[in-house]
Amino acid sequence: MKIVVCVKQVPDTTEVKIDPVKGTLIRDGVPSILNPDDANALEAALTMKENNPGSTVSVITMGPPQADYMLRECLAMGADAAYLLSDRVFSGADTCATSATLAAGIRKLGGADIIITGRQAIDGDTAQVGPQVATRLGIPVISYVQKIYQEGDMVYAERKLEDGYERLAVKMPCLLTTVKELNTPRYMTIKGIIEAYEKEIIVWDHNDLCIEPEECGLSASPTKVLRTFVAAPKGKGEILSGTESEMAEALISKLREKHVL
Amino acid sequence: MKISISKDLCRGCGKCLKACPFEAIIMRDKKAELNEKCTGCGACVDSCPFEAISGIEEMNDKIDLAEYKGVWVFAEQRDGKLMPVTFELLGEGRQLAEKIGTNLCAVLCGENVSGLAGELIAYGADKVYIMEAPELKNYTNDAYTIAIYNAIQKYKPEIFLFGATHIGRDLAPSLAAKCGTGLTADCTKLEIDPEDKKLLQTRPAFGGNLMATIICPNHRPQMATVRPGVMKKADYDGSRHGIIEKVPIKFESGDLRIQVLEVVKNIRETVSLTDAKIIVSGGRGIGGPEGFSLLKQLADALGGTIASSRACVDAGWIDHSYQVGQTGATVRPALYIACGISGAVQHLAGMQESDVIVAINKNEHAPIFEVADYGIVGDVHKVIPAILEALRRLPEYSN
Repeated sequence: MKIVVCVKQVPDTTEVKIDPVKGTLIRDGVPSILNPDDANALEAALTMKENNPGSTVSVITMGPPQADYMLRECLAMGADAAYLLSDRVFSGADTCATSATLAAGIRKLGGADIIITGRQAIDGDTAQVGPQVATRLGIPVISYVQKIYQEGDMVYAERKLEDGYERLAVKMPCLLTTVKELNTPRYMTIKGIIEAYEKEIIVWDHNDLCIEPEECGLSASPTKVLRTFVAAPKGKGEILSGTESEMAEALISKLREKHVL
Repeated sequence: MKISISKDLCRGCGKCLKACPFEAIIMRDKKAELNEKCTGCGACVDSCPFEAISGIEEMNDKIDLAEYKGVWVFAEQRDGKLMPVTFELLGEGRQLAEKIGTNLCAVLCGENVSGLAGELIAYGADKVYIMEAPELKNYTNDAYTIAIYNAIQKYKPEIFLFGATHIGRDLAPSLAAKCGTGLTADCTKLEIDPEDKKLLQTRPAFGGNLMATIICPNHRPQMATVRPGVMKKADYDGSRHGIIEKVPIKFESGDLRIQVLEVVKNIRETVSLTDAKIIVSGGRGIGGPEGFSLLKQLADALGGTIASSRACVDAGWIDHSYQVGQTGATVRPALYIACGISGAVQHLAGMQESDVIVAINKNEHAPIFEVADYGIVGDVHKVIPAILEALRRLPEYSN
């Protein structure tokens, strides 16, 4: 079985802070990591490989040359091959253009029996690329997968809903997007890390993918960022003082004045 | 826009590196250079004191934008009941439609769902497109994408809004890819540009650290998903009139590849944070899972519900369904009482639209106080009993 996992290198957004004076992002020392949901996707792929001897797991990403590090991490976890789609013309891609480039990469790989990717990346939180890759490849998609059972060419998946879940069945080829409830990603092994540095990461640009520069990156992105700004904090309110019961009394009378209580 | 940096004008001062929210500018040989991360946002253009950076808007008129008319909202139903976000979309869609001077239409898919059309009209739809088939009874990506794509091709809406639910966030991306148009996820604010009537879509980026306004200038429909609980619900007016149009839909063999075997609802009581008028929310500062029973007492006394920050959910003190914030629910209650919550941006993103915010925290420097209307610096375990005590002295809360 041919398994492809789409991954993304992201800044660890929990470490991103705002400079309160300048109102800009403080990025110094913010580490780049393998997107957390994608780690669950890779874990699912590796488990599937173990259950289906003879299978291969390839990881693919679109990103800058620095994404090499994250791909080696994926190899160290147990992926067999890693592909980096990197080209200046891929830059500025929205989800529409990103999914087109990833789909071209997967086509060049000769397609896949199953494609697994994280539900969403923590830097954008859009959850759009997975379903869009599937649409572009013309294969069915199941998103928010919290449980997988695979038998032969059938995949049975539990798709998480707000108030429960649904059990779905689909025939391969298909694409799944995974949530963190699915599994616990394995750690890299020492042996894996050593081997990861012996493996070659295959880098493809737009010529390798047989796509025109106009078909990727910013020029192929229907959405444009008009502006970015730091969300203005609501004005600082009133700090109450006194003993606990005085503060409690004051709070309640203020809330009553505002007709909240 | 397409950004270019002139090597001749660049003096290597590095101001643009700091201005760029995406780490897309690097220094090479003392000259600024763009890398693959550039999104064309233009934040760097004005930062350059030497006018070395320029941004050029790209024009592309492949499709006739004027052909696309009307604001559509996806009327999401489950088990024949409209999801609350549908009414929020109608409320927002109404305002957008009026600013453009066009119609508001609802798109309803399901089996035997025609009965819901009247409700959609009462909440503001001028027109309801109905697609009914046994295959549309339960949502599947395949069936809904085919049915709605067909309607988009036929009627060409200029704007199409979806709730950012697990269904909306599955359906909208597939439709956008099929239409070859843009989609902006989880919008918290939608506006119409008064000049060119285009949709301005604002959403949090970088885990809520930054807001971005996105446009979709040359493709239609302009598509967006909207977080539940963010937009104001439409008002009900039973006297409204509207048009109901049934759109025939037929599926070919091989169209539907995903089979729904079973839909399982959680048995436990579902928490509806988005509907709550008063929320008493706990963070790490409440000390442990037992802290929520104290919060529950206050919530019960006020007729509200409890909620949680991510820290408590990650610590296993309470279920994820109670979580408010970037990766949980977005709420806008009349009163939000944050107890022992420090106020990480991810949490603030989910609650700062609340009408009145009260913060109780031991640390007077906690960021939560920056958004609070009233702050109490103190221990939750002492302050909440004091509030309960004070409430008991009021006649209407005495029992």
